[in-house]
Amino acid sequence: MSSAVAAYPRLERHPGFGLLGRLGILPALLLAVVIGMSAADPHFYGPINILNILRNTAFLTIVAFGQSLVIIGGGFDLSVGAIVALASVVAAKAMAGLGASVPGQDATIIAGGVAAGLGCGLAAGIVNGLCVAKLRVTGFVVTLGTMSAVTGLGLMLTNGIPVYGMPDSFVKGFGRAQLLGLPTAVYAALLILALMIFVQRRTLFGRYNYAIGGNVEAAVVSGVSIGWHVIAAYAVSGLLAAATGLLLTAQVGSGQASFGGDRMMLQSIAAAVIGGVSLRGGVGRVEIVAISALFLSILSNAVNLLHIDSRIQPIILGLIMVVAVALDEASRRRKARV
Amino acid sequence: MNSLGTAGRQDAPLLELKGISKRFTGVRALDGVDLDVRAGELHVLFGENGAGKSTLINVISGSFPPDEGTFRFGGEEIHDLTPHRARAIGISPVFQEFSLVPSLSVEDNLFLGREIAAGGVLNARRMRKRARTLIDELGFDLDPSRRVDDLSRAHQQMTEIAKALLGRVRLLILDEPTASLTERETGRLFELIVKLKTEGVGLIYVSHRMREIRALADRVTVLRDGRHIRTLDAASASDGDLVELMTGRKIDVLFPAIPHAPGAVTLDVENLTTADGAVQGVNFHARAGEITGIAGLVGCGKSELVRAIYGIDAIVDGMVRLHGHSVEQSGPRESLRRGVAYFPANRVAEGLALSRPIRENSSMTALDLDRFARLGFLRPRAERRAISVVMERLKLRPPDIERNAGALSGGNRQKVMLGRALTRDLQVFLFDEPSVGIDVGAKVEVYEFMKHLVETGAAVVVVSSELPEVLALSNRLYVMHQGRIAAELSGDDKTEQNVLASFFQDHGREAA
Repeated sequence: MSSAVAAYPRLERHPGFGLLGRLGILPALLLAVVIGMSAADPHFYGPINILNILRNTAFLTIVAFGQSLVIIGGGFDLSVGAIVALASVVAAKAMAGLGASVPGQDATIIAGGVAAGLGCGLAAGIVNGLCVAKLRVTGFVVTLGTMSAVTGLGLMLTNGIPVYGMPDSFVKGFGRAQLLGLPTAVYAALLILALMIFVQRRTLFGRYNYAIGGNVEAAVVSGVSIGWHVIAAYAVSGLLAAATGLLLTAQVGSGQASFGGDRMMLQSIAAAVIGGVSLRGGVGRVEIVAISALFLSILSNAVNLLHIDSRIQPIILGLIMVVAVALDEASRRRKARV
Repeated sequence: MNSLGTAGRQDAPLLELKGISKRFTGVRALDGVDLDVRAGELHVLFGENGAGKSTLINVISGSFPPDEGTFRFGGEEIHDLTPHRARAIGISPVFQEFSLVPSLSVEDNLFLGREIAAGGVLNARRMRKRARTLIDELGFDLDPSRRVDDLSRAHQQMTEIAKALLGRVRLLILDEPTASLTERETGRLFELIVKLKTEGVGLIYVSHRMREIRALADRVTVLRDGRHIRTLDAASASDGDLVELMTGRKIDVLFPAIPHAPGAVTLDVENLTTADGAVQGVNFHARAGEITGIAGLVGCGKSELVRAIYGIDAIVDGMVRLHGHSVEQSGPRESLRRGVAYFPANRVAEGLALSRPIRENSSMTALDLDRFARLGFLRPRAERRAISVVMERLKLRPPDIERNAGALSGGNRQKVMLGRALTRDLQVFLFDEPSVGIDVGAKVEVYEFMKHLVETGAAVVVVSSELPEVLALSNRLYVMHQGRIAAELSGDDKTEQNVLASFFQDHGREAA
């Protein structure tokens, strides 16, 4: 063996970290749940249940995409659940108000409501980003604060009572409508997925998001402006949470401060982490996060169908999340040896 | 007319620094440093670890703004330099601490911060083409689509160099670029440097290797303790001159005469192999009352050997005996109980809790003793008293044990580590690169400390990449190469020639 070869003897020994490597144990888990459920309960593959699963998956994926972007950039967003609720309430209130002042003009009313809902999500996200980037407070603490504040705001606006009075065309024509047998929320999620894949792979923002989470010092030395890209990641997360709030509102037919919440926030983190997003930052792909959200939705659905105590659900979710992260760590350590 | 113009250009240096000072909390890293680099010149920065070379490079590449001084580049005065702007005006640094994002691919890293994009959308095809052209030009054996954390250190180094050469370069800064390159790759790099010089690129080159300085340098600037000592022509300066300027004293004064009195074998290792394969079938022993040295190049397994003995790196085969009794490998805690201490090379990553005071850092390895805690309750007064005494013995300056470890200089940090050795009863001391990152004064004190340990009958093992250090300190010297012991030298055999020869001998045997 000559010394030139000896310097990098382990080159050939790499296992192919192809698609399968990146997906990890996820496909196996997904398959196991689907097969197990199909055998256990015929209701599982009934069309109504499948639509139900897809709808829930759509809501969760959209929130999880934003969450993933923030985590990949080295941050954390605990406020997404609260933003879902606030966007729902604000949009419903705005539509009810506009409905009273310009009755009949559905297009104006819907546009106003959607703008108000998305706007408050975007604003909350920007506030998160500004605090992280400019005040140098960690994302965990900042978003813990905004989560609390935004939840309070939602409750203040509604006193906990659902907000009605939205145009029929928003609820029946959009939220509950189906195209080729699929709910509109599914199309929204697919559209956002396509956009996010493009953003991650083909845009400067996506590249810098990876770089900042991967090694912020190296990004600074390479001349990447950190602040704006951090703010943008939180802003996108807020915006996507608000979009989920709007889709939920349109589907249910009322604005509710109880939408989203802690459960949605925890599930979005779970979906990201099980989907291979590293909490250390710099690693993760949205398409795998989408599969992981599908898995979590099927799991929740399965636990419901099997009449398992709803209090046990979070225990199962918690266990699966820890196992997924442990596997991620194990593979990282195996790679570090190389 | 033409020749006048050329002469004029050569007279005005490409880079001109005057009176550059930089202070960090508690440490004056640079003190009125002057430096000028001409176009087409290779200018070596020479100095010990902690002399201020890295800080100076960081100032030139825009990472640290200087507190004082003027900075001229290409005849223009530069203010408020950022890393981004430095690259834009043609200052390209190759850092020793890699400035790469491990989770991104080679080509993503090459273009980081200056991607080819239109309206925020990346043009992957053009970047790929450009990356391939550049890597082919450099003659590196590097796959642009691989992730950086999958690469060997040598390949990461190549990526770093390629990154610096992408785009228009007027001043290239190389910080120990050959540290992890093979002979062949080093040869390619030197060819490249010659080519860049003829193209009028100025180079700043940091290296400790005399051979490289002889081969490449036009001028050498010596730094010591953050000050500019002298700038000399490489051709007229001898190796001895440079070392003397660097250390500020004759080198033999640096190492104390250690009265070795070899006694019983305290530590005995037989056929040791570690799980990661860095150490393979090593036999080695250390006696009480002497310093046992382990020399070798970076990555030869010498650090892993002592780490395995201490219980950090996993052992798969072989035996470790203490005082003649074989011991099971269990972990650092058990090793300390048995009287074995380890002083890591990387004191920031593995040694100290930077946000905690000196007192807590020094007592950390001894809190299981009744002296410091009883039934899980700390005894703060006893702790304070004990650590004060220890730090007084180690001549900690200033003698304030409540300061945070993060606020200390490299030398004082090493003293905090040494303090751990004095808080409990130990017989075996494993030092891993004991003088990395500390100044000459602190080095002398560390060596004196080792001398004191040997006098009290301890077994001291010193692992070091700095050949003069292990040669001068050790009574017996092992040379490691590619995970194995290549030679054991003592007495008159213990010479630099023999150590180097044992590398080549080994190479020859493997090639045959």
